[in-house]
Amino acid sequence: MLNIITNYNSILAHIPDTMHTNIFLGREPTRAPGVIDQRAIFRAAARALEDLGLSLDPRTPVKALRVAEQQMVEVAKALSLDARVLIMDEPTAALTEHEIRELFATIRRLKGKGVSVVYISHRMEELFEIGDRVTVLRDGRTVGTYDVRATDKSELIRLMVNRELTDLFPKEHAARGAEALRVEHLSTEGGLKDVSFSLHRGEILGVAGLLGAGRTELARAIFGLDKLTAGAIYVGGEARRIGSPRAAIDAGLGFLTEDRKGQGLVLPLSVRENLCLSSVDKFTKWGVVDSAREREAANRYVKELRIRTPSLDQKVVYLSGGNQQKVVLSKWLCSEAEVFIFDEPTRGVDVGAKAEIYQLMNRLTASGVAIIMISSEMLEVLGMSDRVLVMRAGRIAGEFSAAAATQENILQCALGE
Amino acid sequence: MRPGRIALRQNFLSHYGRQLGTLSGLVALSLVLWALSPHFLTVSNLLNIAEQATIISIVAVGMTFVIITGGIDLSVGSVLAFSGVVMASALQRGVPLPLALASGLGVGLACGAVNGLLITVGRLPPFIATLGMMSVARGTALMFTEGRPISGFSENFRWFATGEVLRVPASVVIMICVYAVAHFVLRRTKLGRYTYAIGGNEEAALLSGVGVRAYKTLVYGIAGLLSGLAAILLTARLNSAQPIAGMMYELDAIAATVIGGTSLLGGEGTVAGTLVGALIMAVLRNGLNLLGVSSFIQQIVIGSVIIVAVLIDMALKRRGK
Repeated sequence: MLNIITNYNSILAHIPDTMHTNIFLGREPTRAPGVIDQRAIFRAAARALEDLGLSLDPRTPVKALRVAEQQMVEVAKALSLDARVLIMDEPTAALTEHEIRELFATIRRLKGKGVSVVYISHRMEELFEIGDRVTVLRDGRTVGTYDVRATDKSELIRLMVNRELTDLFPKEHAARGAEALRVEHLSTEGGLKDVSFSLHRGEILGVAGLLGAGRTELARAIFGLDKLTAGAIYVGGEARRIGSPRAAIDAGLGFLTEDRKGQGLVLPLSVRENLCLSSVDKFTKWGVVDSAREREAANRYVKELRIRTPSLDQKVVYLSGGNQQKVVLSKWLCSEAEVFIFDEPTRGVDVGAKAEIYQLMNRLTASGVAIIMISSEMLEVLGMSDRVLVMRAGRIAGEFSAAAATQENILQCALGE
Repeated sequence: MRPGRIALRQNFLSHYGRQLGTLSGLVALSLVLWALSPHFLTVSNLLNIAEQATIISIVAVGMTFVIITGGIDLSVGSVLAFSGVVMASALQRGVPLPLALASGLGVGLACGAVNGLLITVGRLPPFIATLGMMSVARGTALMFTEGRPISGFSENFRWFATGEVLRVPASVVIMICVYAVAHFVLRRTKLGRYTYAIGGNEEAALLSGVGVRAYKTLVYGIAGLLSGLAAILLTARLNSAQPIAGMMYELDAIAATVIGGTSLLGGEGTVAGTLVGALIMAVLRNGLNLLGVSSFIQQIVIGSVIIVAVLIDMALKRRGK
């Protein structure tokens, strides 16, 4: 029996139910067919929790527990299933130092009982504390498995890094122009802490960092989606109050979200309608859309970006990932954005379309546009950026020029080593 | 055939293919009734059907807008009753006709706007907000009239029921105008574009700078306003405003909209389809009456037709993909 324990977003926490019903969800012992034996569940749940050394009432709703306790409930659930292998995916991401100690004590106890644990983490020190052996993965492949006593942090970082920088990245350096965007001391409730940087026309600013480091939060804050608790945003040298996406668009910003289908496109609408969605006002008089002019504009972008679609009226849901991405890009070109925020621009597009998107970025910067490129692909960050910001825990942890940036120092900075 | 022609044809079919399907359903139904009853295909009976269909079909236009945004409005029938009694009492107190009409429309608009604000600012699910309004508006109408109907109006007001334009009943002319305007709004205006965008993907619409809250509120306001308009026609026809008017209209309006091909998931739909859907319901009722089918069995037939129509629609859509 194998069981998976994930990080902060405990699945159980979304089920508004008590611990003992959760632990037996889907396999409730019954007295008569369809009638749940509450008492049996209660006893078994109490035993499972006791085994873990937890003094919790099984009738407590899972929602009311701390994250660490919710994880323990999942562990209890796994144990009650007689799990022999536990997979823990970043289990300590949302835990305090003390809770991490407790979790490790539990893991050691499980180990003593013969349970095997696969422990996934980006926190190096944890691997050396709790692991026996460590496996390094890179780009979906196994690089190697090592005894923790026979290796050290710097060796692991070297192994995590891919050295080959292929010529997939046709980076062309554009002339660096005037300041396009400057943010000072941005903080949000979403976890951004005192972030300041500036961006110039013709520049690509790469933003690197681990999952949860606050990169997307940064984009959301600049684009008026999350409320600022402190800080100021200057576009083209002018202070702007950006309280909504509309205000951001009017200030000349464009945001290519990570989740193209969920946030970038209205799938049941046509290429033309999507392309002009952020700039309908341009084509509207007295509330009526001038479809001839709209069509003309849409046609221009379809040609310019070589969007492969049978017609302007094709629903975007039927386009390929790369072409969908180009429609989103055209949307911001159409609303005359001068600062583009790309969040994971090449996720889910094939290699050919990737190269095309990089070419487009080159053309954008050549025409004086400034780009913030958030990316988890280290090679992309190194290959396309003029400068690299590294984020960690909602803050800027470091800044590197293109010449000084290497995979090793970015990763070290992101990990906080 | 040149490629351009093919594209154009695909385009036409993808836009109107669905309505053609519903329309052929309406035609088939009419042919059957024509064969079964000699009274069906007469000018007077067809005008009768059109008149019967006006009230629900006007309410259904508002419903179509709401459902395209991905919402639902259960309060349309109650709002109709509330608008009707307010307007009727204004008329009976000697308020000039235009002002009285404006009061009825205003009540509808206000109720709709409250729905919209509860949904956008209050973040209530549309189902709950309009379910509450359904009860509140009905209760207010009953309280306002102490449960009694308000009857007897001037000839001027009764024109809405008795008047004719080029031999076509005034209410049918008004209905046609409402559909023409609604069709134009959905296909050609910014409001229409945003209505589809919000229903198709609210998050993407918001990120593209659409004022989602304002436009959603406006759409519920429109639904309320059209309930007010329907109240004028119904009150004139019955020569009486009743606090219990419009019961279950929300279901008929939803049925007409859905039969007409509007997706309950939002982002898709046309008022042309809704008109055909409303006519199917009216023709079916009329035909069953002509054939002397009992009102109990009528309910069973109409319910089954709704289910079968949507089943067919879903099957066709799956095959289209």
